[in-house]
Parts: sequence; C-alpha cells; structure tokens
Amino acid sequence: MSKSRSQLLPRNVVACVAFISGFCIMTIEMLGARILSPYFGGSLSVWGSIITIFMVALAMGYLIGGRLSTQNPNAVTFAIFFIGAAVFSLPVILFADAIMEPIFLTIEDPRYGSLFASIFLFFIPTSILGMISPYSVRLMVETHEHSGHMAGLLYFISTIGSAAGTLGTSFYFVLWFEVNQILWSAVVALIATGCIILLIGYAQTAKSVKQTRHYENKQA
Amino acid sequence: MKTNRLNANLLISLALMCFITLSSFPVKGETIHEERSKYRDITVTQVKNRRCLLFNVHRGDRNQTCVLIDDPDRLVFDYTRMSFAGLLLEPEPERILIIGLGGGSIPLTFSDLLPNTRIDVVEIDEAVVNVAKEFFFFRETENMKVTIDDGRPFIKRAAIRNETYDYIVLDAFSGDYIPEHMLTREFLEEVKRILSPNGVLVANTFSTSRLYDHESVTYQRVFNEFYNFRLQTSGNRIIITQLGSLPPRGELVAEARRIAKSLEKYGIPVLDYPRRLSTRVDWDMSRRILTDQYSPGNLLRDK
Repeated sequence: MSKSRSQLLPRNVVACVAFISGFCIMTIEMLGARILSPYFGGSLSVWGSIITIFMVALAMGYLIGGRLSTQNPNAVTFAIFFIGAAVFSLPVILFADAIMEPIFLTIEDPRYGSLFASIFLFFIPTSILGMISPYSVRLMVETHEHSGHMAGLLYFISTIGSAAGTLGTSFYFVLWFEVNQILWSAVVALIATGCIILLIGYAQTAKSVKQTRHYENKQA
Repeated sequence: MKTNRLNANLLISLALMCFITLSSFPVKGETIHEERSKYRDITVTQVKNRRCLLFNVHRGDRNQTCVLIDDPDRLVFDYTRMSFAGLLLEPEPERILIIGLGGGSIPLTFSDLLPNTRIDVVEIDEAVVNVAKEFFFFRETENMKVTIDDGRPFIKRAAIRNETYDYIVLDAFSGDYIPEHMLTREFLEEVKRILSPNGVLVANTFSTSRLYDHESVTYQRVFNEFYNFRLQTSGNRIIITQLGSLPPRGELVAEARRIAKSLEKYGIPVLDYPRRLSTRVDWDMSRRILTDQYSPGNLLRDK
C-alpha cells in the first residue's frame, strides 16, 4: 500500500517541478520592484515591502501545504497548486494598474502604499506556490527515516531553482523581454507543469491499478 | 640589530606600497566627512578652496558636485552650468521643480537668480540633504522647499493635483545606480502633464553607452524633438525640450544676449550655448524605446 502511494509521481518528476516552482517564485519577486516602481518609486522600502510579503505568503503556504499533505496526498491536488498559482498571477499582468492606482491615491506614504500593493498583487499566488514545497516532500517520502533526507533534497532543488530564477530574470530576461512577456512565460510554465503532473499522475494510477489487478488475479 | 634593519626595510616598503595605493586612488585631498546612507556612501573632500561631494568613492565614482568655498556662487562643473541653458527657452519661470539635489548648486543658483520663484526640490536620500546643508551652503527658504521622496511618485501626485511647473530639471541619474523607472516613456508622459505650456524640461543624462541611443529614441517619441546639448569638456549630455515646437535659433541668441549679464557671476557662458544646442539625430534610431515594461537601464549602461 505504502509502495503504491509513493509512486503517485516519480521522484525525478517531483524534483523537476520543485525546481520550476522555485524558479517562478523568484522571477515574479524580482519583477515586483519593476511593477511597483511607477507608483511607489525605487526606494529601499519598496524592496522591503515586496520581500516581506513574499516571505509571509510563503510561510502561510508552507503551513497550509504541509497540512494538506497529511490528507490523502494525490497528484491532482499537487497539480492544482501549479494551475491555481498561475491563475492567481494573472491579475499582476492584467490589472496591475487598476490595483495600484487606488492604493496610490489613498495612501500617501510610499512604504505602506507599496506594502498594500504587494499584498493585493502577490500574496495569493505566492502562498499557493509555497504550498508546493511541503507537499513535494510528502510525495517523495516513503519512510520516516527518509523524510529528513528528502526534505533536504527538495529544499536544495527548489532553492537552486530560486537562484536560477533570480539570476535569469535580473541579468537577462529584463534585457530581452518586457515585464509582462516574462510573467506570461511564468504563467504558461506553471500551467504546463500542472498539466504534466495530471498526465503523469493519471498514468501512474493506471499502472498501479493494473499491477494491483495483476496481483489479485495471481492470488486468485 | 639585524632584525631591526629588516623591520625598518619592511616598514619602508610597506609605507611605499601604501603611498602607491593611495596616490592611485581617485580622490585627492582631505576627506572632511564620510557617511553611509540608506542608498550610498557619501564623502566630502576638500583641496584648498575646492570642496567636493562624492558618492560611492570606492567604486571610482566621479565628483557629484564641487563648490569653491571662497566663491560659492561660481559653478564649478560644465553640466551644472549647462542646466541653465533652459533659460534661453523660458527666461522667467515662476515655478521650478528639481529632481535630485546633489550638493544643491543648481537650486541654490536658481534661488539666488530668481528669488521670487517657487522652487521644489525632490531628493530621495535625506542624508544628501543634510550634507548639502552642512557642507555646501544649501538652505531651504520661504520659496525653496525640499521634499524627501522618489521623483516619480512626486510627479505623479503633482499631476493629479493639476500642478504645473515652468522649468523642470531631472538630475537624478548621476551616480552609480540609475533609477530605471525615471527613464521610461510613461514617466516622460507624466512629466509632460506637469509642464506648463511654455515650460521647459532640462534632463541631465547619458552621453555614452547604448543607453544614449535608447534614451534618445524615448525622448524623441514623447517630445518629437529636443535640443541635444553636449560639450567636449563634459561627459554629460543635457536634453532640453518643451511641449510645443522648439524656437528658432535667432530667438535663442537674442535671449542669450539679454540674460548673459545676470548669469556672469555664476560663470555660466550662456552666449556660447545657442550654437551648441543641436537637433541633429546622432543616435541609432532602431533601438527599442524604454517603457515601464522594458527599462533595463543599469544593464544597458554597461554595453
């Protein structure tokens, strides 16, 4: 039983998607300052707001994702994280001005203005992306002795993904593409990842059902 | 005895090494003030009567501003003097906006020249304001106020309040980090909104690197035409433009003659300026314009 559950998704698939989620988190975060600066400027406090909100959102995501992983972990929920994060990132692309303008008009202090803008723009997609890490750990872990090792491996992979996302965005992407083009790419990458997880999850279940039937037939 | 000799030799060579390192350092003269602010390292140096403000010295930055302490009215740098060329287009501004304080020589000169004109200065770094006051004779007056803020939101709010300025100086780009959100088409559109019908925009910008091309096409897109003002002796390029079409050169010459006397004590050679204001396109027009969506100024500067 525990064997079949561990094969919900192959380990290397979980590792790959953890990399992608880490990459996308930092890509969006690095673009955050670019998105906020027309309204709140480029002062240090704008970066402070963005980093604070990303940290709090990720913390909430870890908490919720960890809790969800205890209740029948499955590929569908895992895929929904990716697709959900993509969908909730869309307002950043489509309605950024509509969201920031009223905040700019009501709050004079750019520190709190940028803080509230960060909440409305980034909190939900980032916390959903945060759910991916603990859930991935659960999908990779087979036994208790393994859990520390797997958690370490996953943090390693997703953090390397974050590093790559930070470097790629700040060194190259902003030089080659527009902000929204980069964001659309992240959205497409997340949705594609979600779909791939669904497909592989489906294939794995089919395989394990077949195996179980085969086993049962043999027993009979 | 021998070890002493050895030590002495060692000391001498060490001292020599120190001397060589120090003398190759870009700053000469005595450092009279050093401060690390939220945004940069601020250094004030003085050689004889010449006192200079420098940002991020260890990265080899140039002087931001210098004053002659026994003749503080005289402007030391070409680019500071060039910032007054806008007076040829708008000789009697009633409201002036200056983004970026530095050592404060531009606002001080305006305040001295036009004591009844209202001057708003916007500076992001409070430490720069304090240093300008303490070491560079800057002071706020009844008509001259400094706001600690980022230039872009300040201009956005001024536009919402329907305020206009007759003379706008953008001087936020000197130094080590370029505020990329103040290079974009959208930003220039906002500046346009607070420019009075006869008002003039004077922007101290870049004369080298690919950024020169990108910036030129962006200004061209927003303002159609502008004066490109460069001097061989200065690494800066000043963009001067206004809402309508630019005046004919004859008018500029006449205006220069009229105001030359009043600018003499600041050392501004305004008679020489009209023939240096060029409208010739000398940049690569195929470059992408800078927008809020695409503005990698800090990356383009190194290209």
